[in-house]
Amino acid sequence: MYTFSNRLRIGSFILMAVGLLGIGIGFVSAPSTVAEAKALVAAHDDGHGGGHGESATHEGSDEAHGTVAMQGQDHGASHDEHLLHQLQNRPWSALYVAALFFFIIALGVLAFYAVQRAAQAGWSPMLFRVMEGITAYLVPGGIIVFVLLVLSVLHLNHLFTWMDPEVVAHDTLLQGKTGYLNTPFFLIRAAIFLGGWILYREVSRRLSLAQDEADDNSNFKKNFRWSAGFLVFYLVSESIMSWDWIMSVDPHWFSTLFGWYVFATMFVSGITAIAIISIYLKSRGYLPDVNDSHIHDLAKFMFGISIFWTYLWFAQFMLIWYANIPEEVTYFVTRIEDYKLPFFGMLALNFVFPLLMLMNSDYKRVNWFVIMTGIVILLGHYLDVFIMIMPATVGDQWAIGIPEIGAVLFFAGLFIFWVFRAFTMAPLQPKRNPYIEESRQFHY
Amino acid sequence: MATKVIHAYYNDDDVLMHAVKKVKAAKHPIEEVYCPFPVHGLDKAMGLAPTRIAITSFMYGCLGLAVAIVMMNYIMIQDWPQDIGGKPSFSYVENMPAFVPIMFEMTVFFAAHLMVITFYLRSRLWPFKKAENPDVRTTDDHFIMEIGVDGNEKELKALLRDTGAVEINSIEK
Repeated sequence: MYTFSNRLRIGSFILMAVGLLGIGIGFVSAPSTVAEAKALVAAHDDGHGGGHGESATHEGSDEAHGTVAMQGQDHGASHDEHLLHQLQNRPWSALYVAALFFFIIALGVLAFYAVQRAAQAGWSPMLFRVMEGITAYLVPGGIIVFVLLVLSVLHLNHLFTWMDPEVVAHDTLLQGKTGYLNTPFFLIRAAIFLGGWILYREVSRRLSLAQDEADDNSNFKKNFRWSAGFLVFYLVSESIMSWDWIMSVDPHWFSTLFGWYVFATMFVSGITAIAIISIYLKSRGYLPDVNDSHIHDLAKFMFGISIFWTYLWFAQFMLIWYANIPEEVTYFVTRIEDYKLPFFGMLALNFVFPLLMLMNSDYKRVNWFVIMTGIVILLGHYLDVFIMIMPATVGDQWAIGIPEIGAVLFFAGLFIFWVFRAFTMAPLQPKRNPYIEESRQFHY
Repeated sequence: MATKVIHAYYNDDDVLMHAVKKVKAAKHPIEEVYCPFPVHGLDKAMGLAPTRIAITSFMYGCLGLAVAIVMMNYIMIQDWPQDIGGKPSFSYVENMPAFVPIMFEMTVFFAAHLMVITFYLRSRLWPFKKAENPDVRTTDDHFIMEIGVDGNEKELKALLRDTGAVEINSIEK
């Protein structure tokens, strides 16, 4: 049995406390009037010699807020109000991005776990308890994401412009989408998806624990059926989730492979989390039978799915770039103009780095190497989620400062606390999985 | 060259693996093992050096990437620039996204084909070459371990019989 070490527990509490402080500072320092917003931006520009420059295009984000300009007001005033909304959105977006990022890590792990179950994989049963521990985070993480969505629906923030009836009233395109993009249906979908994912997680966990005490394989077989069924549900629901929770912040823009793209992000982040946590537990002596070959296989997945992610990212980018249709291409124009460094930096972190670091077969067996590469991959995919949300919500007023780092620290602390607490509830190695011996003997 | 070798026949890959480990432990030189199918872990048990074909594959991939870049630069930028989709191609960098699929495919093509050719050359395989396996049964259900003999033939044969060999032949090469 795993015992939650005091140092780690205290560490996670410190992360949460520091993170809460950062989130609080973000909310307190957000401007509440147009005058404050202008003063804030002016001061910022003085300090950095016009770093971002107000002349930078507002194309993409303006389009999202389109109505403001259409109300026939003075153009300058509408810009100022727009600026205020962007700055007010920043702490919310920071919170939302971090909440979503840690939630999709857990969801990616759940998908990976279901794949292992459905494929009746022989190599991985040794790691099942680690995966089940990480997916325990689905409950608090999912509730937090859901609460944030409800707060958006209640108009406490402007993350989703289509939720604002004022905006829809002046936007023919959004009026055409109200059959799908309306707040009750949005929340119902979110509730069904979260409910389904958490239900599968709980059922599978229970069957997995019951299998340890059983004297036949019936629990194992039931788990197989549940997992296969879950994967069907997951692939549909994950895709719709990515439209709802991520793509709809840019309500005019759409991409048909967005669901896959988000899937690749969560899959690679989840596998990386499994690898990092397994190596940590092993270094503390808790997973004696997990050998370098298990880590090697996880690192192969990190390598492969990183390339898969790049493939999808590029497929989406190239078609839009080549077709050059104005309503599609704004998405990338905003990102390349206002987010040049994170946009291209993310490609280096998520593609070039894992490609070069994990290509050599021997490096995949060096544990600290996998940890280092894993941390870079996780950073890269945080930026990835950042780039999915921020351009639509804060536009060129983005920064990675106290609110963003605070939110990441808070959710990292919560993630660590919840996941390692889940490890204490059951033995870290399954006993009676029919493939456990194969997994123990697994070698490359 | 009149060296003497012993051919020990086995009819099970597990028995063969144990035999290889035992012969290896007794410090007899295993020259070759002929198998009807790849036996997992046999290379490690025989103490063969790890393959270097992955390194050649990486180099061929880099070569393919370079060829693709030079080729597309010549075809699409220098020789005959065209305006496709409102993107006049006068600069490689600006049109690079359009060339990425070609760069990728050429990398894979070069890595795969040249690696196979390298493997054939290294294994001395070419069309119409006569098979090297000493006994047709190694293409069906038998494994042969070929061990070099230096003086202690009797002891070696006893050891092989011990490991479960179904047939043992001495052969002058």
